[in-house]
Parts: sequence; C-alpha cells; structure tokens
Amino acid sequence: MAVTPRDLPDSPAEVADALRGASYLADDSTALIAFLAQRLGKPVLVEGPAGVGKTELAKALSRSTGRELVRLQCYEGLDEAKALYEWNYRKQLLQIQATATARAEDESGPVAMGEIFTAEFLLERPLMRAIASPDPVVLLIDEIDKTDQEFEAMLLELLSDFQITIPEMGRIGATTHPIVLLTSNNSRELTEALKRRCLYLWLDYPSREREVEIIRLHAPEIDERLAARLVEVVDMVRELDLKKPPSIAEAIDWARTLILMGVDDIDEKTFRESLSIIIKHRTDLDLVAEKIVPRLGQAANGSASGNGTG
Amino acid sequence: MPETPSGMAEQLLGFCEELRSEGVAIGTSEIQDAFRALEIVPWTSAVDFKESLATTVAKSPKDREIFDLVFDRHFFRATEEAALEYAPDGGEGTRARLSEEARDGLDMEALAEAIREAIEAGDESAMNELARLAIEAYGRQGESSGVVGVDMQRIRRGLGLSPSSDSQADGEGDPLDRDQIARFERQLRRELQRQQIQRQGQLPPARPLSELNRALPMRGAQDLAAVHKAVAQMKRRLATLGHDPRGAKRGRTVDVRRTMRSSLETGGVPLNLKYRPRRPRKPEIYVLCDVSTSVSSASTFFLSVLHALHDSFRKLRSFVFIERISEVTHVFEEERDFSAIAEKITSTGGVADVSGYTDYGRVWTEFLTDVSADLGPRSTVIVLGDARTNGRPPAEDVFARVADRANRTFWLNPEPELYWNYGDSVMSAYTPFCDGAFECWKTEHLERFVDVVASGKADAASSTQKYTSGHRY
Repeated sequence: MAVTPRDLPDSPAEVADALRGASYLADDSTALIAFLAQRLGKPVLVEGPAGVGKTELAKALSRSTGRELVRLQCYEGLDEAKALYEWNYRKQLLQIQATATARAEDESGPVAMGEIFTAEFLLERPLMRAIASPDPVVLLIDEIDKTDQEFEAMLLELLSDFQITIPEMGRIGATTHPIVLLTSNNSRELTEALKRRCLYLWLDYPSREREVEIIRLHAPEIDERLAARLVEVVDMVRELDLKKPPSIAEAIDWARTLILMGVDDIDEKTFRESLSIIIKHRTDLDLVAEKIVPRLGQAANGSASGNGTG
Repeated sequence: MPETPSGMAEQLLGFCEELRSEGVAIGTSEIQDAFRALEIVPWTSAVDFKESLATTVAKSPKDREIFDLVFDRHFFRATEEAALEYAPDGGEGTRARLSEEARDGLDMEALAEAIREAIEAGDESAMNELARLAIEAYGRQGESSGVVGVDMQRIRRGLGLSPSSDSQADGEGDPLDRDQIARFERQLRRELQRQQIQRQGQLPPARPLSELNRALPMRGAQDLAAVHKAVAQMKRRLATLGHDPRGAKRGRTVDVRRTMRSSLETGGVPLNLKYRPRRPRKPEIYVLCDVSTSVSSASTFFLSVLHALHDSFRKLRSFVFIERISEVTHVFEEERDFSAIAEKITSTGGVADVSGYTDYGRVWTEFLTDVSADLGPRSTVIVLGDARTNGRPPAEDVFARVADRANRTFWLNPEPELYWNYGDSVMSAYTPFCDGAFECWKTEHLERFVDVVASGKADAASSTQKYTSGHRY
C-alpha cells in the first residue's frame, strides 16, 4: 500500500476508508477516535470483551498507515528490562576485557564509561524500539490489565512525553510520533493516571448488520442470506451466559467452515457438526446444545420473513 | 476549520462541571484534550461532537453511562434556554405544528401500533414525531396534569408499552426489549419537558441524576465507585503493614544482573554486591461474607466490597456463608460485572441448606478443617457478618484457632455498634480474638476501617472501639 507514513488524515471518514482498505470495518466512533489519536498524538485505551477486534484494530491501523507494528504483550511480572531496554552486560564485559588487553600494550589508559554505555550495547525492547524508531510506528501494548500497577506507573512517562530516560545515556525522545494503542480486557480497573493520558474507546460486539458486513468482507464467498443467518445464531449464542462467548474471528472461521461444508442454511445437524468452531468449553457446549439447538427451527422462520427486505 | 461559536467554551466547561458533580473524575488535562479534539472535529456533526467529548472525558463504561445521561440533560437544557431567549413568546414558530386533520385523525389504537413499529425499527426521528403525537393526543383529552412524571405514566399506560406485555398480548411482532422502550420514553420525556418549558417560559431547576439512573450498569450496588476507592487505599496499607519483620540477612538475594552492571565501573571486578530490592510481600486475604437474610440489605454492600477487593488483590480468596461456607473466588475470577456476580453467588452459592439461618459455629469448623491449613503469617482474615447465631453455639474457641493461625483478623459488622450483643448477636464472644472489630454499613465506615488499619496502631481508632487480643503490630 502506497501510503506515506507522515500523512495525517483529514477527517474521520478518511480513517474509516483506510481501515476498510485494511480489511477492518470500523464503526463511527472507532474511526473518529482513531482519527483523533493520530491528529492529537494521544494514546488510545481500548477496552471491551475478548474477541471484539481490539488487537485487530492496531494491526489494521498499522496496515492502513503503512507503519510498522511494534507489539508488547503484557503479562504478570513484566518488568522494565523486558519492556524498555537492558544493557547487554555480557557484551560490555567482553569489550572491557578486549580493550584492556589491547591497551595494556600501548598504555592508553583504562576503558572509559562512555565507551561501553552506548547504543551499541543497548538491547532494545519493544517500547524502546517504538520510541527510537526513525520511521513512525504503531505501538500496541496488549492486555495492559495483566500487568501490575507498578508497570502502569512506568508507562506514564512514555505515554505523555513519548520519551524514555536511561540514566547512563540521558533522555531518548521519540523522533516521530507513534500511534499508541493499549488494550484491556477489563479484568481490573486501570489507574486514573493512566486513563487520563489516553483517549478512551469502548469496543463492543458489533451490531448484526455490521457483523454481516465484516463476515462478508473476510469470507466473500458466503451467501448473504447465510451470513445473516450465521450472525443471528452467533448473536443468540452470545446472549447466553457462557464462559467464552464466540468472538468475531470465530464467527469468521465458522463462516469459512460453512463454505467448505457447502451448506446453505444452518439447521440442527450443521450446527451440531460445526459447533466446536465457536464454542470452546465443555460446559458451554452443553448449555448451547440445550438452549440454542431447539430454537434453530423457529428462528429460521423468523429470519426468512425478516430477510425479505434485505 | 469551523469556528467554535461563542459561548461554546463556557458551555463545555459547564458540562464538565456537571459531570464532575455526578462523580466522574475529570482532570484539567482531559478538558484540554476535549477542546483540542473539538478543534479538529467538525462540531456541527452531532455524533462526532458527542463521541469526541466522550472519548476524552469518560474513561470507563460506567462513566460513559453517566456521560450519556448528563450529555442529554445538559445540552437539552442549553438548547431550550437558547430557544427561550430568542423566542420569548412561547417559541411556537420553530417547531412545526401538527396539522388539524392529523390531530383529528388520531386514533389511539393506530398510534400505539405506529409507535410499536417505530420502536422496533429503532427510528429515532419517527419516535420523536410519534412522541409528540402521543402527547398531543392525551393533551386533547384534557388529561395533561402539568407534571412530567405523571403524564409519562399516563401515556405509557395508555399506549400499553411495557417490556413483557407482548408475551400475553396477541403475539404479533417480536417482543420489544427494555432498551428499545427506554429510548422511546426518553423521547417522550424530553418532549414533555420541552412543552412544559414552553408553557412556563423558564427552565426548571437542574436536578442531579437519580441513584437509579446512575446505577444502571450495576444495579443494586451501593456506590461501587466509593467502595473501590476505599479498597484501593486499603490495598497499599495491607501490603506494607503488619508482617513480621524478616531477619537482617534473610531473604536478601544477590541480583546478578545489577552486580555485573556495577562491576563495570571497577573494570569487571564485582566489588559491590547488589541485592534484589525488598518488595513488600503480597498479602493473602481471606474474606468471609455472611449472605443470610438477616444481613440481606448489607450483603449487597458486602458483595461490592468483595468485588472491589478482587480488583486490588491477586491473592484473595473469598467465601460466602449462611449455614455452610462456600468458596466463591472463581465467580469473581470469571465475572467482572457486579450484577452478574451477585446473581451467580445468590443462585449457585449453595450455602443455605436447611433453614437459611446463619450457623457461625459450623462455618468456623468447616473453615478450619478445609481452609485454615493454608493460613500463615501473611494471611489476613476479614469477616463480614452480624454475628447473629440464631441461638446456635458460637464456637468461639474454633474461631480463636482460626484467628490464631492467621496473622491478622478483622471483623466488619453491618449493624451499628449499639445493637451488638443484643438479641442473638454474640459479637462479644468473637471480638477478643480479632485485631479489630468495626461497624461497617456505609462507605465512610469502610474508609475508617482502612484508616485504622493504615495507622497501624490499634489505639488510633478514637471513634471506634478496638479490641485487641495480643500485640501483633
């Protein structure tokens, strides 16, 4: 895609189009916030249930803007050395020994600090890479809610000033402005300080019409009527109290499966056979079998009449 | 770039002020962000305007809920105020009046049907139109009472709109869900208010959102946000307090990475050993929560405390009890939504077996046999309950053994201290074994509990009586 990274979009609609070009159908508020994030240069905190395309949004932004995606996957116990930078002390030691031996002969003095605390001996971790990159990037900090609050505090400098302080080298500021996305599954409250620095986007499951569009975008071979039917069933399943409701990605997988199976309607038999694509828990399977399967027949009539217009 | 109309800045600041008064924490930097966002987003588009504002100031689903309500209220008032200013004679001109024949042709049946269709289709502008028609129709019958709430009720009843009514009705169309009807009712209310303002020529005083409105996403929770805040403070205190000090050298481990790094200053010879910093150990917390009927009003509050605790502590195990005790840690791990948690616990807790009366003696015995092996010097046990045993043996000796195994034990009682030890309350049997016993039926009490725990000294509790069994601090 021939997009020069430095271009900033002029309107939310432009962002929406670009995202569509990257196979991501953004709703109005998503496009608007993606637009604001680029124009204001602010990080975006994306929250919502699992499987609504939070991570995918970052990937699509990276594709649509032609920027590299730098991803930091968070987990409990993640610390600075793995997120920011680390000195490559083995290499530093070797350097000292090598120079020491060499200099012992010509007596030019011991190794100076400045010689070993340089970028050469720095191991860049994702956050550092995003900041120091000469080309603007999209930085994705995934599942920030999995980390400790201490880590959040460390992010504050990065998120508000886009700079990192290394004691031995000084401040490293961003030469270009990264687009930063933080995702959270809302498993704990994030700190106010972090939230204040971000724009906030709540992503939820898309409306039926939008999900049909999404599925048809990713599985173009699917029949429109079947797609509508599929979304209807997925929507019914999501309304149940499941351990893991089906995500959008799974709905797409299911659509592809149905194409491979060569069916043109979801009846009880098809549903049972392909159920495992969208349901991944033993107890969920039982619940769905009990609650959804009997409704399949009656829903089919409803969708047939409802689809007359579409 | 479209120019911001004069007064817009004040309007926005006023709006943010209003949000703050409803408990949404908005920083100055966030207001600045909002202004910057509105500079590049055309404020003439209603959706873009609202979303830009929302993304910069409302940073959680709950805040967003309040944001939407306040947004509607604030800008509705703002436009009405402007309308009054520019059309002091009643503002008749701006809005198209319904034609006479349309009004005469009003048939309640047809109207109800049309409204039902509009609601189902989610057509906002049609709903708005129909809301006006409905008011018009009732006004013609001379039934307008002049009080918005009363009119609302009457029109709603007249139209037969209620979420479940369709199931018993003729079965035509899909049943309307609550949200859809709520949308129509919002239109209706707004239209009624508009007309009232026109009649009176002035704005009614602004009223804060009702508790019900703001508690929408988590109904029944007693100001969850406040509980969360108090618990967040508690976290920091509990983490650093009350642990047995470790031996001078014990537990200090050499940090190889940092030692090597600092050895570079001495030419690679590790002269100075660097140690791993001592991090405060994470406390293990055991919360036992009484959910019997005698504390039913308080148990919602207690559950919200539990909910908040789970947000802050990783090593937290929670239990609910009535006659028996049952661990509910997994429920909190699976669910985030408070109402879902509350429902799961009450439906599947499996704690009321026979009579539904609390049996503290049995609870302690069960807790001691099943769980107390895990209790250790880091453990804090918090009991939330009223200590009403319904005449059953309190088994304080068993409780004493539990308290002995744990580092600290606290008791939060949902009854005012005045009522302790009256009737079947056996609070005094347990207090000698607790590091602290507190009345706790409001968030302020919870904060006080945190303060007392924070100060680290039992005697610091001036207003709350404190019982100590031994010096553990």
